[in-house]
Amino acid sequence: MTDVFFYIFSTVALAAGIGVVLSRNTVNGAMFLIGTFLSMAAIFVLLEAYFLAVIQVLVYAGAVMVLFLFIIMLLDVRESAAKKTSVYTWVASVIGLAILIVGTASIVSADSIKTKAAALPEPSGASLKPFGYELFTTYLLPMQVTGFLLLIAMIGVIALSKKLNTDGSAK
Amino acid sequence: MIGLEHYIIVSCLLFSIGFFGVLLRKNTLVIYMCLELMLNASNLALVAFSRYNGGMGGNVFVFFIITVAAAEVAVGLAIIVALFRKRQTVEVEELNTLKN
Repeated sequence: MTDVFFYIFSTVALAAGIGVVLSRNTVNGAMFLIGTFLSMAAIFVLLEAYFLAVIQVLVYAGAVMVLFLFIIMLLDVRESAAKKTSVYTWVASVIGLAILIVGTASIVSADSIKTKAAALPEPSGASLKPFGYELFTTYLLPMQVTGFLLLIAMIGVIALSKKLNTDGSAK
Repeated sequence: MIGLEHYIIVSCLLFSIGFFGVLLRKNTLVIYMCLELMLNASNLALVAFSRYNGGMGGNVFVFFIITVAAAEVAVGLAIIVALFRKRQTVEVEELNTLKN
């Protein structure tokens, strides 16, 4: 049963991802992205990382995408004629694709990956208690730094969105 | 039976889709969405590794990635709005002041 769900949700995630890249309308792209995020949350549930699935829906599909849609609405970007992609970009894309294929193949074919499927350990990310424990003991410093980063981001956004006069002073 | 390699393949495919979106699209907002797609693909790989190794580290790392990505989106979209105010465009082809 888990296998069926995995195939369904990964297909939806990939199809919606392709939709994000191919859709001409930015709003449609954002909607496709929400679809990808939701099916990713479902895959997290299959991996028994329930807390992260909830966070994914709340933060990504909720807050981040609402912000995106707000900005799309605010900017009112009109459709522009598709310009030709330069030959450098195509060469870079092909090289990038080749590197990605080689990397994926070498990761997937590694013996340490193949043997992992045999013995599945107890799910560690399932309950919230060990998560919080780890967060406030082993990862206390990263936690504090992340909090500080959010503060900096907030100050940065306020500074960026403030309208400035030509001499640089705030209105 | 679904193994670790299936999750890794899905993660790599999703990363590639985001990668080509960043390379081939011209709209800054779409490029931003594709960046989020790539971050999410790496999240999937981390959660899968964490699940199959029985450790907690990957999950905590994904938690931090989500936090940093949210901050990044807020700052990046503020920059895009400021840019649009000044230049009236979000197409990367037209934002080439530093080029010549």
